[in-house]
Amino acid sequence: MAEHKHPNYMAIFYYLAILTAIELAVIFLPIPKVIIAVLLCVFAVWKAALVAMYFMHLKLETRTLGLIAVTPLVIATLLVFVLLPDGLAVAKKTSDEKKLAAPAAAKH
Amino acid sequence: MTAATAHGAAVVEPAESPLTPESWGKLGMWIFLAGDAVGFGTLLAGYGAMRATSADWPNPYEVLGINLTAIMTFLLICSSVTMVKALEWLSRDDRNRAKMFLLLTAIGGAIFVSLQAYEWTHLIHRGLHINGNPWGASLFGTSFFLVTGFHGLHVTAGVIYLLATIGVVSRRPRAMDSYNFVEITGLYWHFVDLVWIMVFTFMYLL
Repeated sequence: MAEHKHPNYMAIFYYLAILTAIELAVIFLPIPKVIIAVLLCVFAVWKAALVAMYFMHLKLETRTLGLIAVTPLVIATLLVFVLLPDGLAVAKKTSDEKKLAAPAAAKH
Repeated sequence: MTAATAHGAAVVEPAESPLTPESWGKLGMWIFLAGDAVGFGTLLAGYGAMRATSADWPNPYEVLGINLTAIMTFLLICSSVTMVKALEWLSRDDRNRAKMFLLLTAIGGAIFVSLQAYEWTHLIHRGLHINGNPWGASLFGTSFFLVTGFHGLHVTAGVIYLLATIGVVSRRPRAMDSYNFVEITGLYWHFVDLVWIMVFTFMYLL
């Protein structure tokens, strides 16, 4: 059988460990929560990409296999936006009900 | 043309997988993982939408605590490294070392599930239930147990899969005979690690 190429796994391990440490540090930074959230998302996708590219050898595979692997990420991202209107409607209904209930409670 | 076809006998040439020429199994695993990723993606997207529209969502890292989970994350990354090391030793024709690293990976997974069981017990005692909790939105507990439970189930299945893989490596006489099998097992195991990276970020840190 042909020689199998192996990336430098330990380098990837240190890379992942350092990124995890940075992630843990980021949540305690005195910066706006939105920026923390964006940073955490970037680090998560970065780490996931490292695992997929090097541990799962996606870097050595064909482009089409990479597309198969990326599809779920696209679907899941779209799904957040599909679900948002539903959730926002529930949130609005809850706050409307509270507004209606407040004057009624005041009368008693 | 082979000698058999020259004599008129029907010969079915084994068709090669177009995306993964070394084995069909690898393509099969990738397609399964893409489907499984949609499952996890759906759960996390649902979690995100519920949380974004909730007024009283508790702050996860304050309620759940991240010290133990950070150790669990590190443990899973380590087990991914032992998994690739197993594959590396197989390609160097050392079955015994490969089996040892597969066993280490399985042990890492077993410790992960044990720590998760400990974490769940601890949180349940503190009042985090699937249908409510003392800190705010009841869906917080629902989504927490659903997502981490679904992932824990994958780790448990992975440990069984790894132990079965050790059996396969033992039965096949040459190291290279089980290379593809171990690589496919590795794909599953790294996927479980990859999903945990996402779960850890979205459910604990954010």
